[in-house]
Amino acid sequence: MEDTVMRATLVNAEKFVGVANGALKMAARDVRVFYGESEALHGVDLDIYENEVLAFIGPSGCGKSTFLRCLNRMNDTIDGCRVTGRIELDGEDIYDRSLDVVLLRARVGMVFQKPNPFPKSIYENIAYGPRLHGLASGRAELDDIVERSLQRAGLWEEVKDRLEQPGTGLSGGQQQRLCIARAIAVSPEVILMDEPCSALDPIATAKVEQLITELSETYTIVIVTHNMQQAARVSRRTAFFHLGNLVEVDDTTKIFTSPSDGRTEDYITGRFG
Amino acid sequence: MNNWVLICVLLMLMALAYQFGLARSRSVAGQGAARMHSRPGYYGLLVALWCGLPALAVFLLWTLFEPGIIRSVVLNQLPPDLAGLQGNELEVLLRRIEQIASGFGVSDQPAAFELAAAERMRSLQNTGRLAMIASMAVLCVAGLVWTLRRIDPQLRARNQVESVFQALLVISSTIAILTTIGIVLSMVGEALHFFRFVNPAEFFFGTVWNPRFSTTGAADQGQFGLLPLLWGTLMVSIIALLVAVPAGLMTAVYMAEYAPAWLRAVAKPVIEVLAGVPTIVYGFFALITVGPFFSVLGQTVGIDIRATSALTAGVVMGIMIIPFVSSLSDDIITQVPRAMRDGSLGLGATKSETVRKVVLPAALPGIVGAFLLAASRAIGETMIVVLAAGNSPILHANPFEAVSTVTVTIVNQLTGDTDFASPQSLVAFALGLTLFVITLSLNIVALYIVRKYREQYE
Ligand SMILES: Nc1ncnc2c1ncn2[C@@H]1O[C@H](COP(=O)(O)OP(=O)(O)OP(=O)(O)O)[C@@H](O)[C@H]1O
Ligand SMILES: [Mg+2]
Repeated sequence: MEDTVMRATLVNAEKFVGVANGALKMAARDVRVFYGESEALHGVDLDIYENEVLAFIGPSGCGKSTFLRCLNRMNDTIDGCRVTGRIELDGEDIYDRSLDVVLLRARVGMVFQKPNPFPKSIYENIAYGPRLHGLASGRAELDDIVERSLQRAGLWEEVKDRLEQPGTGLSGGQQQRLCIARAIAVSPEVILMDEPCSALDPIATAKVEQLITELSETYTIVIVTHNMQQAARVSRRTAFFHLGNLVEVDDTTKIFTSPSDGRTEDYITGRFG
Repeated sequence: MNNWVLICVLLMLMALAYQFGLARSRSVAGQGAARMHSRPGYYGLLVALWCGLPALAVFLLWTLFEPGIIRSVVLNQLPPDLAGLQGNELEVLLRRIEQIASGFGVSDQPAAFELAAAERMRSLQNTGRLAMIASMAVLCVAGLVWTLRRIDPQLRARNQVESVFQALLVISSTIAILTTIGIVLSMVGEALHFFRFVNPAEFFFGTVWNPRFSTTGAADQGQFGLLPLLWGTLMVSIIALLVAVPAGLMTAVYMAEYAPAWLRAVAKPVIEVLAGVPTIVYGFFALITVGPFFSVLGQTVGIDIRATSALTAGVVMGIMIIPFVSSLSDDIITQVPRAMRDGSLGLGATKSETVRKVVLPAALPGIVGAFLLAASRAIGETMIVVLAAGNSPILHANPFEAVSTVTVTIVNQLTGDTDFASPQSLVAFALGLTLFVITLSLNIVALYIVRKYREQYE
């Protein structure tokens, strides 16, 4: 029975398109992910528009992280993980053989659930990406990138006097903003965030949320969250995943007030998940 | 009854006691109103332990002290004209008596007093044995009955069994520690003995090693300079590390980061088998294959390379410790959290950039610890250098020449006829102690670093 419901939503996939007004940034069509033999995502179609904040919600294990990792091919690093279907970035297939993963990941950056600064100095943490991609031609330019990234991440005032100290010595919230700054430093176009606030306290969370809102002026942001309020606060559109299916995606206000699928309503009102 | 039979009987009694305890606790539980404190198995175990352990303790103490006591009794009753016997002669006499007493006999005709003493010894042994078995039996039964009667719902059998096991563990580890302390003390004692002959400054800072043979007379006892040996050890170890560290580290990186799961499953055990090859085999390999190879190689490029040299020994020793370095580093590299790699890959780094710039720096302290452990292994290694280093304790800096190491010298000084009163033999203890101190400090530093590194991610 559930299967027919799912099929019905997939048939209506077109209705996902066109709700947003920016240009199309990324598009996923019939994306399936297999971990070994088991299929974790059962054909996801989703469009992501420029400069929007798109939130992924859904019960644990429904495939939010899995789909997010497809978007910059981080799934390639997992043994036995296989992705089928098509994902485009600016009209280009990112799973195409001719595409360089390294460049893709520079364009589609990622912030992880647990802050993961490198065991290096704060400065080196930020400078890491620009150095890899040769974004700075000299020390002065690098200094400049580091400062700008930290400023954008709202961390500059707190760390400007201790750039040489290890990044691991910062508080959890500061570490997460450091990781965001690190991602920004390579000037990506899309930033993927997998539950970026789940290890943070409410104040640090508020700071990161404000940061996300500011960043959305420049970047396209996709954020996974278990916190409905957070999704409501930061995102313009929300996608609801359930058991490896994308159930529906719509304006955040619509999802939270009058979802079109019963499962979404059940989840939002706390009946499962 | 022979000792093994005795132990087996004791074990069977313990098994029986366990059953008794089990049955008793069940019947107590059946009739009583209160709930038993522990599960029946614990009562059974408690009864078994109380039945077996005291008897076992008596057995151990008895076998430890009985021979000494019997000897002194027998000695006291020897004819008075033998009372003056000392040292070796006394030892020989006692051994003869023991052999006669055991029925083994001696090669010549024993004297009458020897036969009498042997007879006395045998009867003492028999009574002693009977007394021991009797007291063991009494303890067994007493422990069994006493514990069985104590079984009631309040008895905390589980906690008591727990403390018995804890005590057993403590005793075992104490034995290991005491043994180590004993070894060190005996080495220190002998080394001090050595320093009565040779000035410590001459030993530690002397540049000539020429101990002579003890038979050449006490007037000229030779020179005991440690430095040539220490230098040889250092040179061989450095060559070994130069081989093992790059190879081992790259193996570890490949295994931890690149190898597909199936290859890792095959290759890791194979590498670890390498670590189990006896060092004498490596020594052979050095002597027969590697040494001649280097010597021929030297001829073709016009360098004079001895077949047995620091180079040969060092290279083969390096091969020997590759698995050691690689498996330790592998463990440490895999301990670097995945999040660290993801962070780097997510920024668009390639795999090798990630390894070089994030994983290895993060693992560095641990890897250094692994190197130090490998170094202390190389310094203490004996067999390969005995066979392949050429044994020439001369201070020189040419790795293509023969050298000698501390370990080789210890072997040399202790093989053949040794007289433990001469500095020629005693020097082995001083050398051993030096080696021990060096490897111990390396190990301590290494373990400290490794532990410190572990804390970083836990
Ligand atoms: N590395 C992996 N190997 C095998 N199966 C995996 C792996 N990662 C995820 N899965 C499976 O894929 C499914 C989706 O997992 P995913 O991590 O995407 O869920 P999620 O929605 O992010 O959950 P959460 O909210 O708890 O983070 C789950 O059933 C999970 O067991
Ligand atoms: Mg997840």
